[in-house]
Amino acid sequence: MSPLLNVDGISKFYGHRIGCKDVSFDLYPGEVMGIVGESGSGKSTLLNCLAGHLAPDTGAVNFDTRTNGMCDTVTMSEPERRMLSRTDWAFVHQHARDGLRMNVSAGGNVGERLMAVGARHYGDIREQATDWLGRVEINADRVDDRPTAFSGGMQQRLQIARNLVTGPRLVFMDEPTGGLDVSVQARLLDLLRGLVREMNLSAIIVTHDLAVVRLLADRLMVMKDGHVVETGLTDQVLDDPQHGYTQLLVSSVLQV
Amino acid sequence: MSDYNFAYLDEQTKRMIRRAILKGLAIPGYQVPFASREMPMPYGWGTGGVQVSAAVLTPEDTFKVIDQGADDTTNAVSIRRFFEKTADVAVTEATGEASVIQTRHRIPEQDLREDQILVYQVPIPEPLRFLEPSEVETRKMHALEEYGLMHVKLYEDISQHGAIATSYAYPVKVEGRYVMDPSPIPKFDNPKLNMAGIQLFGAGREQRIYAVPPYTDVVSLDFEDYPFEASKADHACDLCGSTDSYLDELIVDDAGGRMFMCSDTDYCCSRRKAGHIGAQGVPYAEDAA
Repeated sequence: MSPLLNVDGISKFYGHRIGCKDVSFDLYPGEVMGIVGESGSGKSTLLNCLAGHLAPDTGAVNFDTRTNGMCDTVTMSEPERRMLSRTDWAFVHQHARDGLRMNVSAGGNVGERLMAVGARHYGDIREQATDWLGRVEINADRVDDRPTAFSGGMQQRLQIARNLVTGPRLVFMDEPTGGLDVSVQARLLDLLRGLVREMNLSAIIVTHDLAVVRLLADRLMVMKDGHVVETGLTDQVLDDPQHGYTQLLVSSVLQV
Repeated sequence: MSDYNFAYLDEQTKRMIRRAILKGLAIPGYQVPFASREMPMPYGWGTGGVQVSAAVLTPEDTFKVIDQGADDTTNAVSIRRFFEKTADVAVTEATGEASVIQTRHRIPEQDLREDQILVYQVPIPEPLRFLEPSEVETRKMHALEEYGLMHVKLYEDISQHGAIATSYAYPVKVEGRYVMDPSPIPKFDNPKLNMAGIQLFGAGREQRIYAVPPYTDVVSLDFEDYPFEASKADHACDLCGSTDSYLDELIVDDAGGRMFMCSDTDYCCSRRKAGHIGAQGVPYAEDAA
């Protein structure tokens, strides 16, 4: 099997400071990769470089496109990259407000990506939007409500529906459970795990919550000060951490 | 004649505006930035339209100004007088006799000919503005032809009102490429955008000029199952009896009395002169106000 995403030597500097340095990995179809580390360790910088929101200073991000096979998304033209980001890619922001249009109804939010790729039949768009709201456990009668009328957990689920409606193959998630209380987190994780398995999604999840990666991620990458200090299978890294920082991270989790 | 340069603006400024107009005509629907000048009138009163008119007027032209279809409102009268004074051009109220027509919010009912120019006053030239506040982003969306967002607005209309409720400034796609704001004309006028005359759009405060050349394909955006409809009040004009012109609704007393009349005053008058009389109309008399 060939990888869906091949990351080769990505570095990003902010002046003299290191954002992230020399990160390389492969991601295979259906695989979920977790990136953990403390604040300022370069997780979000790395994710934004991968998703095309930031231009990395060195390195290549090769993605297995549907039409042309492996292509470097760093050097591809902007229209192509933007097309990718509304079809094959999805990006779930930590704050739902960053990823939603707050003054547009839930149905319109979900339908936007469909309309962006050329859907022009109102009935079909609405039907798909309603279907997706159901899949993220939002009642169909909320389809015309604005996200401002939704709770934080519902907004996050709406953001997920909006991203997955075009059937992407790769999802970038930046702390998808941040700021939600634990019971809502649990439901969201359950939902995400179901969707990832069902749609055979590949995902890259950035988080500092080890429970999230334990549940969702197949593989884990630990970052500190812009460098990757440890990689491996999730259970392996969490149960038998080798690097000093990983050991600290694992032992810092409060046991209830 | 006055001491002003012909048509108020100096020749270099007119030259700059003409270059923007030519570029606009070459790329139909594309918003060309231009160095908008201070005009002796407030922003929002047609500073863009006036500058475009000044740049295209020649001494031989006959000039007409309409405001919401009417020749006799304050805005129309003062702009007409402005060019009478500064350019000494002939003016008219008859659509057929004018070679340059400046308009606010309407297209004349009478079809325009190839030798006529229609100049629009535009308040906000960017059709995506209320959906995407960033100018950098909207320019990118135009450049990359990413117009899905425009349909999100129409989707919201249908989901809230059961039909596309946008009734003016209805977005159009020009020649299969640029999405354009046709200025706040009623959507009844949208089909007329496909015309023989030259259409120039000037936005003074926003410093943009755009254009639609003659016989250019202008399509109103819609959904397959909710097609575009050019709507008007379901009534006939009470003065001239016309059933196919765009109507204004006028409240005439405190008892709920109302009448409908053509918003295009020249069209209405010429029909009344020709002997057409509506439900509340009286025969046309030359000295009547």
